[in-house]
Amino acid sequence: MSEDRRTFLKEAGFAVLGLGCGLPLVRGAFALPQHGTEEDVQSSSQWAMVVDLEKCLNEEVRAVSAAACHSEHNVPDIPDPDDKIAWIWEEKYKHVFPDQVHEHSPVEMREMPVLVLCNHCTNPPCVRVCPTKATWKRESDGIVMMDQHRCIGCRYCMAACPYGSRSFNWRDPREFIQTDGNGEMPSDFPTRTKGVVEKCNFCAERLRDGRQPACVEAVDAVPGGEGALTFGNLAEPDSEVNRILSEKHTISRRVSLGTGPNVFYVV
Amino acid sequence: MLQDAFRGGKKYWILLGIWGTLVVIGLAAYGRQLSEGLHITGMNQDVTWGLYISQFTFLVGVAASAVMVVLPYYLHNYKAFGRMVILGEFLAVSAVLMCAVFIVVDMGQPTRVVNVLLHPSPNSLMFWDMMVLMGYLLINLVIGAVTFEAERKGAPPPRWVKPLIYLSIPWAVSIHTVTAFLYSGLEARTFWMTAILAPRFLASAFASGPSLLILLALILRRFTRFDAGWEAIQKLATIVAYALVINLFFVLMELFTALYSDMPHHLHAFEYLFVGLEGHAALVPWMWVGATLTLFTVVLMAIPRIRAQENVLAVLCAAVILAIWIEKGLALVVAGFIPSPLGQITEYAPTAPEIAITVGVYALGFFVLTVLYKVVVNVRERLEAT
Repeated sequence: MSEDRRTFLKEAGFAVLGLGCGLPLVRGAFALPQHGTEEDVQSSSQWAMVVDLEKCLNEEVRAVSAAACHSEHNVPDIPDPDDKIAWIWEEKYKHVFPDQVHEHSPVEMREMPVLVLCNHCTNPPCVRVCPTKATWKRESDGIVMMDQHRCIGCRYCMAACPYGSRSFNWRDPREFIQTDGNGEMPSDFPTRTKGVVEKCNFCAERLRDGRQPACVEAVDAVPGGEGALTFGNLAEPDSEVNRILSEKHTISRRVSLGTGPNVFYVV
Repeated sequence: MLQDAFRGGKKYWILLGIWGTLVVIGLAAYGRQLSEGLHITGMNQDVTWGLYISQFTFLVGVAASAVMVVLPYYLHNYKAFGRMVILGEFLAVSAVLMCAVFIVVDMGQPTRVVNVLLHPSPNSLMFWDMMVLMGYLLINLVIGAVTFEAERKGAPPPRWVKPLIYLSIPWAVSIHTVTAFLYSGLEARTFWMTAILAPRFLASAFASGPSLLILLALILRRFTRFDAGWEAIQKLATIVAYALVINLFFVLMELFTALYSDMPHHLHAFEYLFVGLEGHAALVPWMWVGATLTLFTVVLMAIPRIRAQENVLAVLCAAVILAIWIEKGLALVVAGFIPSPLGQITEYAPTAPEIAITVGVYALGFFVLTVLYKVVVNVRERLEAT
């Protein structure tokens, strides 16, 4: 379906909903800030990541990517899986790509570890449902951002995300951040409070300084890990991510949902 | 009128004392939740909504069901509902109040609740839900208070309230529709993503809400001199009977689509609910109790001779409320998260503090309801004495 028709259908739908509610806010529904700018985002800039599945079979590659990310962002290390916070972590191939496996797929493939993180979708459901715009799609570079000072902790975004990419702070995270001998946090990235949602931010703070995301930098330092993660801009025709996407067979997660993930996997 | 709330017999104060105690226990548990975080609940990274949001969903239905007395009385001039209407409106008021409190206790950062108004987001159904619920609370408070005050004075209600009453009818439908849209618009959750969710919500609401209203009317008949009228009670029982059948029909349609198409991700949640998934079966006994109650009540409520017996009717109404509560106040929300988008089956069971908070919120609602009904009863008694 063309983007125009989609936008029209959405706006019409929201208008009907608005009228149905009998509220004088129908005009607000037409504004649809996130969706109205979707095409601009597409045309201006969109960061993306390509994950090389084979190179990520190296256990060290996966370990350093998560370790680098989690210390860069002061992500707490909570042992209880019920409360665990993760920005980038590993899952089994069969769970990441449920539509890519069948009962005769090789077991090694089904059980293969795959790195997962926020997909920074082109059409992010989490942004659509957020009642406070605490999460939004940044127009300048397509990153799905999170404002932990505005988040009310309703967890609607977690219900909406089809990738399980978001974590909620069920308890105070600061008690679980590994500090050094002087009691210093691993980085000066702001720590979060309990009661808010967090997730991968594509290292927006590093991109600002012209640096690569922490996970990408970390895997490149591992022997055999160079290129396990490739980061770049889809809007730049010569970017490394565009080169890989045009040359190799890549897949992304649950394409049929129409969210438009911007993390791709080289099979 | 208001002074009636502060005067009353022993039973009245004992009842308020019970609700008050439960509220205080709930508050203590909530204090713990505020200081330690929501990890003291049974919710987790996979099942991110639990008992609180489930109760919210169930109670929006109770609130919406007031339309089942408002509509016949005001649109069809069905006089027998004359005394029932105020009970329905005040039940709606306390139900919406509980809904609002359940949303707040579920929030990780409750002090930031005003952010929803400071940064209005029309693309979020939660924003709309808050708007329609607050509107509904206001509408019902005004209608209830104004019509009741007029009745007390023996005068017809002011004319301006009539359009408000008509508005309250579609508005009641909207609150439960928008609540269903909260769930049914999520591509991530196949179990909820069904167009029949809103109709199903309404049908089950029109069964459980009027059942609660019948129970309350029967209690008032027995313990006070307020009689909502046997004809009104029986008419409500008929409404419950129809709503039950329609709700069952909708549920069976859901089951057909899932079972016949045999698509795994459509089946999983139903499997989890009714037979268990990979050994996880926490809700299975509940679901079968609910299914059994549903079948019994559908059949028995449909037989006029049976629903005409006061005691049997009371039991049937309690059974309907329990059945719908299991469906909406327990299973519907939790099953949407199982299995998780990453294929994990993480089960959910509420913890003691979570249950204490939930009971506390209900107690708060019933505290308000008791006071409101007390005023209604006293004013009625005085009207009839003169």
